Amino acid sequence: MQGILDNFFNLDIYRSVAPILLQGLWMTVLLSILVIPFGLISGLGVAVLYTNARNPLLRAVLVVYIDIFRSIPPLVLLMVIYFGLPFLNLNIPKIVAVVLCFTLNNSCYYGEVFRAGLESLPKGQVEAARSTGLSFMQALFYVQIPQAVRNVMPDLVSNSLEIIKLTTIASAVALPELLQVAQNAQALLYNPSPIILAALLYLLLLIPLVRLISRLERRRMANRH
Amino acid sequence: MNIQGLIFTFFNPDVIGKYYLFILSGMWVTVKVGVAVVITGLTIGFLLAFMRAAGVRTVNAAIIVFADVLRSLPPLVGIILLFFAFPYIGISMSAFAATWLALSLVLAAFAEEIFWAGLRATPKGLMEAGRSTGMSWMQTMWYVVWPHALKLTVPPLTNRAIATVKGTALGAVVGLAEVLNNAQSATSSAGNATPLMMCAIGSLAIFLPVVLVGRYLERRFR
Repeated sequence: MQGILDNFFNLDIYRSVAPILLQGLWMTVLLSILVIPFGLISGLGVAVLYTNARNPLLRAVLVVYIDIFRSIPPLVLLMVIYFGLPFLNLNIPKIVAVVLCFTLNNSCYYGEVFRAGLESLPKGQVEAARSTGLSFMQALFYVQIPQAVRNVMPDLVSNSLEIIKLTTIASAVALPELLQVAQNAQALLYNPSPIILAALLYLLLLIPLVRLISRLERRRMANRH
Repeated sequence: MNIQGLIFTFFNPDVIGKYYLFILSGMWVTVKVGVAVVITGLTIGFLLAFMRAAGVRTVNAAIIVFADVLRSLPPLVGIILLFFAFPYIGISMSAFAATWLALSLVLAAFAEEIFWAGLRATPKGLMEAGRSTGMSWMQTMWYVVWPHALKLTVPPLTNRAIATVKGTALGAVVGLAEVLNNAQSATSSAGNATPLMMCAIGSLAIFLPVVLVGRYLERRFR
């Protein structure tokens, strides 16, 4: 018991590492704020392109793109980008590598979500909108997207949760986000309390989001019956 | 850089010849961890949902806490906790065990929630009708309620299982000899990026069929 208290819940260590862990948490938040919008915009682009493409070749290319980047584990993608590009004499900053990796990966996940949302709308919606004189873009932004987003809200939120959790892989390229600074602190202090504290911070940050997702899912299930 | 330079750097035949067995053995480890995670995770998730359906208040509270915590915790944090922090309190495990256990528990938490949502979505009358024919609670659950619930759970469950299994690459961080880990050490000893491309292609070879099966199941059960 004392061993657990000393090694996992060491309050002296908690106090001394709290400032740098909060910096790491801030980096995690910043990273999320950066990559989620990129993913949303590129995913929406992919979905709109796919649902409106008349050219079968373009659709095939999009399906291949989506399936490839849904199949490659994000950490593998990050390693290929971060350690592969320097072989081309392209040295990109860590943050750019991380954002690029997340955008490639997330455009597919958000893309599939948005596609499901757009396809859930009856066809007459666009036709009706267009026949009132709205342009293609106006029909898309004022008629289709608002309804599609409402239909797939739980999936959008739950995908965003996954992205926040996934920012931990940035520690593999030593970007100082929460997990990375906690691991550094552990190595420095020979005590794993910083990692436990980091885990607690993740829980504090994300449990409310998990609860929100459960509520949204339940509401959707209930509407279906 | 010309095309030969690109091939030399990313698809170098000599490097491929030297390391393909090493990469293949990594792929085999990836498959083994992945299969183990799916079996363990889905089994635990199923059992937890079953227990939750029994409706014992304290048990349910514990299951809810488990599910909320494991759904919020990033899988990489779980792996690092098990591998680097638990030895300090006398619990040591291999990189394989840490990766397997962390991912299994994460999948179990999500699977429990999905199974549970599926169960709740079945009409109440199913259980009442089953019981009134003289079947026990267990029999009704097994023969009447679950078959209805399972159909609803297939698409979200496949998606979640695929997402979790791709997390096997996270094992590389604790030195699990899976495909990414082997590719990284091959890249640094060869001084050439070919192993990384082999890893990307190897991952595709493992996960693309899984993603395609998932796509099929999603369409079939919706």
